[in-house]
Parts: sequence; structure tokens; C-alpha cells
Amino acid sequence: MSQPQQPAWREGATRLRAAATTEPGRLRIIGAALAAVLAVFGGVTAWQVSDRSAAADAVVAHSQPLSADAASIYRSLADADTTAASGFLTGGQEPKTTRDRYDQDIALASELLVKAAANTSGSDTERRQIATLNKQLPVYTGLVDTARANNRQGLPLGGAYLRYASERMRGELLPAASALYEAETGRLGSDYRDAKAWPWAALAAGIVALGALGWAQRRNYLRTNRVFNHGLLAATAATAVVLLWLVAGHTVARAELDNSDRHGAQSLQVLNEARISSLQARGDENLTLVSRGSVLDPATGDDLYEASFQKDMKRLFGNGDNSGGTGGTAPAPGSLLDRAGALADGAAGRDPVAKAVTDVGQWLRQHSAARTADVSGDYKGALQMVNGGKDSTGESFDRVDSELQQALSHEQAQFRHAADNGRGALTGLTAGAAVLALLAATGAVLGIGRRLSEYR
Amino acid sequence: MRTHARRRAALAAVTAAACAVAAAVAVQLPDRSGRVPQHPDRTQPVAAAAPSAAAAQCTDPEASLRPSTVDGPAVQRIKARGRLVAGVDQNSYHWGYRDPATGELSGFDIDLVHAIAKDLLGDPDKVVFIAVTTSQRIPALEQGKVDIIARTMTINCERAAQVAFSTAYFGTGQQLLIPRKSPITGFDDSLAGRRVCAAKGSTAETQLKKNPHSASVLTVPNQLDCLVRLQLGQADAVLTDGALAAGQAAQDPSVGLVGKPFTTESYGVAMNLKDEDLVRRVNAVLEEFRRGGGDSPWMQAYRKWLAADLKGITAPPEPKYRD
Repeated sequence: MSQPQQPAWREGATRLRAAATTEPGRLRIIGAALAAVLAVFGGVTAWQVSDRSAAADAVVAHSQPLSADAASIYRSLADADTTAASGFLTGGQEPKTTRDRYDQDIALASELLVKAAANTSGSDTERRQIATLNKQLPVYTGLVDTARANNRQGLPLGGAYLRYASERMRGELLPAASALYEAETGRLGSDYRDAKAWPWAALAAGIVALGALGWAQRRNYLRTNRVFNHGLLAATAATAVVLLWLVAGHTVARAELDNSDRHGAQSLQVLNEARISSLQARGDENLTLVSRGSVLDPATGDDLYEASFQKDMKRLFGNGDNSGGTGGTAPAPGSLLDRAGALADGAAGRDPVAKAVTDVGQWLRQHSAARTADVSGDYKGALQMVNGGKDSTGESFDRVDSELQQALSHEQAQFRHAADNGRGALTGLTAGAAVLALLAATGAVLGIGRRLSEYR
Repeated sequence: MRTHARRRAALAAVTAAACAVAAAVAVQLPDRSGRVPQHPDRTQPVAAAAPSAAAAQCTDPEASLRPSTVDGPAVQRIKARGRLVAGVDQNSYHWGYRDPATGELSGFDIDLVHAIAKDLLGDPDKVVFIAVTTSQRIPALEQGKVDIIARTMTINCERAAQVAFSTAYFGTGQQLLIPRKSPITGFDDSLAGRRVCAAKGSTAETQLKKNPHSASVLTVPNQLDCLVRLQLGQADAVLTDGALAAGQAAQDPSVGLVGKPFTTESYGVAMNLKDEDLVRRVNAVLEEFRRGGGDSPWMQAYRKWLAADLKGITAPPEPKYRD
């Protein structure tokens, strides 16, 4: 102490060693240590809970909406392409409903792309896909407009433009939209994992803090024979409250987030995929008639669009070749509609899926009748059965689409409800943990201070 | 059946062109079940050797078989089915195209198919139209997916070894189609470094392979797809038959033909090599189609579809026969 050239830390250590030899010194050290442990506990808890809370917020406010939006972008683009093809098939002046539907699809896709560009926090993949979509969408609409202008003049060039536009859609836009959807859905999954991860560090710090407080109180009892030290007792109570709150809040949040994932997000994903599959099947059905057998699978020589229709339907319904391709009454196990039915809960969730199942069956029967007509040379009849309004496959498709839309809205509401509950379970925990830990630290210091005052 | 086959065999023996193939067909005839074979494997040993032999012997591919209205197995097959399956184009303006206003297939080739259907089945509308791309014309016939191909198909030796052609029903030649302000002067070295578009499997593609004039070649499924590429600036010129190029120019006033036609090509209806009776029957229909001078169905169809873009034709090409 008398040597001024001693380094500060060594001076501190020397002083501490000196202090530890007396009871007041020891008490001072214990008080400081308790305050530190409690502060660490409060800090770690606040930090870990706010992390999870932020992840839960991200699920509700960012990643789930972005994933749903990406699915909508894909759907609008695919629908625009299908609508353009069916407008071409109707011949002559495109019906107003067809035109409006195309315009709405393009408007929705552009709007959601702007939103996605603004909200995507992130990675290069998402940005790159959004850039591709932004670049290619005007090219696509330009080609469709040229196709229309030529159609109106009665020139077959219109059909060639439409084919080229559709090639761009299927070759560039839809793959980009699909990659965007995958990326956003992957982010949703990782946000879920982050939100549900147990806050181990905070739990460990809480147990250490309780242990330290218990030890300090036992020491106090052994030395003074006094059972209660009010300050330390208050500190223990506050710590226990924080720890219990943490465990309970997190357990509830996890359960609700699990619930929102299982009954909301997963349902939504399956339903979105089902809707997209049905849409692709519809597009393939139209293109089979547009191409009129000119696009063949190089390996088998079969019509490529018809083969693609069957593939889409297999994914959606798994109609199975054993039922003669006319569709059974129940979706095959593992097919999208089967999974959607299994994930749906409540009548409001199950009914639209059940109706969609019936309508897909109807669609498959109508499709097979239209194919028979087409193959036997009744092209006009086939056209009527596919695009003719009443009792056409188009009508069945529209019903399937709106039923799946209804199921999606229901599941979206379910998701939101459960996810909000999960997020709510963590509300106040960050601030509460910080305040209570501060109170506990104060209590500990005061409790030790009371003992210390007896030495003065 | 037997006598039929024997007569055929005798005929084939005196036929100079493609005699090996014809004899093989005649020998095979008694086996025919009347069904369209999915895989023409029965002629495999001969067919494998025939094309090169026939192509080597081929001097006048436009000479076809004499017309006859006797029903053979192919005609009976079509009659039993009640419909003629015809491979056509839906992209060749005024030849075979889907009229966007009505959604109906129309054009010169389509009229011809209707005339054949009327003759065979008594009803011009008993036709199943199948759209085939340029490169799929021969496979479609070989796989029995269609009875006839009426799709601006040029008759040449290489193809005559694989499919049977009717007599020629239109004469044209290859020409280059370019934007009006292009510095390209024709199928010559002014193409160097340019991008030329042609339909895959077309005679234009063959020409470009033979003599590309240092141009890069872009192939597409249908010749009309070339006009899309030209308008979008992805190609600098389109090489196709003058008759088809005229159809493209009719859809876009800012493009035009350049240079003289540098090949002579004749369009024929293509059929399976084995369907000899059908070839004769189609030739009979074509005879009728040509008959009647200025008012013949041929001239009527010409005036209706082609005269505006392909001026100055006064009569159909004369048929040539090899037997």
C-alpha cells in the first residue's frame, strides 16, 4: 500500500485480501457479489427474452406474411398465365372477365413485389429473386400485350407471342417466385426455432442467483442466529418470481407458437401448395388445347402438357392410375388435399377442404371426358368442356380455387390468433425481469448493509 | 389381299425409285391388321438399310404413284375409324393457322385436308387436326399418330426415304426475310456475324448447316416463332420458304423478303411409306383439286388464301408420276 508504483489491480487484490480477513470486509464482498449475480441474472433474462420476443414478432409481423405474400406472388403469376391462355382459347374479342382477372393478377403481383422488396430483411437469395421478378414481369406483360394486339388483327402471330410469353413465365418468372417462396418459408422456420429456443443462460443464472441468496442467508443464520434478513428475503422472492415468470411465460409462448405453426403455418403452406398445384393443372389443361398436340415429351412422345396436368393432379389429389384416371372420392394418402384435411381443425377449417376434394374429383371426371372428346377429334366439344362456362372444368377449377382460398383465410386467422397469444405470453417479461432483478439486487445490498451497520 | 400384294410387288419391281422399300412394304402387307402400328419395327431390317440406298437412287423425289380410288388397307383403316387424322400447322399464316377471331384452323393446307376427308369419308369435317411442329412431321407419321401430314412440307430425297409423298401441290423456293432497313442483301456473305432464325427440322435449317455464311443459327419449333424473335431483336433474319415468308411479311409490314429464291421446293402431302393406297387416293384427290382451269378448287383456294401475298401464279404445278 505504501508503494505507489504497484499496479492498480494488484493493489485492489491486496486490499480485497486484507478486507477478507475481517467480517465487515467479508460482508461487503458478499453484498457486492450478490448484487452482481442478480444484475447478471436480470440482464441475461432481459436479453434472452427480448431475443425470443423479437423472433416471435418476426414470425407474426414479417416472415409469415412474407411467406404468404411470396405464395400469392407465385399464384398471381401462374393465374395470369393461365388466364391469358384461356383468353386466347375463347377466340376473337377476349371476354371482359378474363381481361379483368389478368389485370388483377398482374396488379397484385406487382404490389406484393414492392412490399416484399421493402420488407425482406434479407439474404441475397431473396433480393436476387425479387430483382429477377421485377425485371421479367414487364417483359412478360409486354409480350402478352403484343400477343393481344396481333390477335385482334386476326394474325396467328398472336399465338406465337403468347407461347413465347408463357415460356418466359414458366422458365424464368415462376422459378424465381418459387425460389422466393422457399427462401421466405425457410426464414419463417428459422424464426420459429429462434422464438421457441429455451433461454438456458437465463435459467442457469436464475438458479445460481437463488443458490447464492440461499447460501448468504444460511451463513447469516449461522453467524447471527437470526432466521430472517428482510432484504435478502425480498431479493429471494423477487428472483423466484422472475424465474417462475420466465419458465411459465416461455412454456406458454412455446405452446402457442407450436400451435400456430402446426395449425396455422403448416396448414397455410400445404394449402398454398395445393392451390398452386390446382392452378398449374388448370394452366396445363388450357395449354394442351392451345398447343393442340404440338408440344410432346421427347422421350415418350406423349403430350407434355397433359402429362404435366396428370403430375399436378397426382400431387394435389393423387388420383392414382388404379382408379382409371377418373378420380376416386377421397384424396390419396400423402397428397396435398389429404394433408390439408388432416391439418385442418374445426368445421370451418375442414368444410372447405372437403368441398375442394369433391370438386377436384368432379374436375378430374370432366377433364377425362374433355380429353376423350379431344383425342377423338371433337376439338370444339373439348374446348366447350374446358372453357365453356357451365359444367366445364373451368367452373370446377374456379370452385376449387375459391374453396382453397376460404380454407386459407380460416387458417390465416387461426395462425394469427395462436401466434399473437404466443407473442403475448412474453409481453412485459423483459422489462419485468430487469426491474425485479434490480429490486432483488437492491434488497440484497440493503440486507447485507443492515448486518454491516451492526459493526459501526 | 394376296393378289393385291402380288400386284403391288410387281409394280414395285418396275419402279426405279425406292424399289427396295416398296418391295419390303409389299411383302409386309399381308400381315397388316388394319391397326396403326405404334412402332414400325416390322420393317426395321429393311428400313435401316433403305434410306441411304433410296436416297442414293433418288433422282426425282417429286414423282409419285399414279392416282387410284381402290380402297387398300390404309383407306379401310381410316374409313373404319370414321375420321381422318391430319397433322397440320396452326402457325403458318394462310397455310394452316388458327384464326384468332374464330378459333378455327384455316388456310390452304386445311382446305386440302377437308377435300381429302370429303373424298374418303363423304364429310369434309370428319377430321382430327393435330398440330405438329416442323421437326415432328416425320416421327408423327412413323409412329402412326397421323394418317397424313399437310403442312407446307417440302418434298426431297432425304425425306422421301422416310415418308411417302403425294404429287407436288405447290412450288416455292427459300428466301430470306429481314427488317426493311437491314443491310443484309440476301443469302450471301452479308449474313456474316448475323443471327439467322429457322424452324428446327426444316429445309432452311439444312441449308444453313450446309452454308451458314458465317452467321449464327437460331432454331425454333415453328417458322412463325422466328418472326417473334425477329421483332424482339433476337434474330437479324429469318430463312424459310418464300411461301411461308410471305405469310410472315403479311403479318408485319416492317419486314420484307430480300434476294431471289435460291432453291426450288415443292410441297407435298406426306404419308407413311406403307400406306401406298392412301398415297394413290390422295393423288386422285389432288387431280380433282387441280382440274377445272381458272375455277379449279386449287385456284379458288389460291385466290382465297395466297394470291394477296404470292402474286402471279396462274396454275397449279403439273403432277409427275413414276409408275
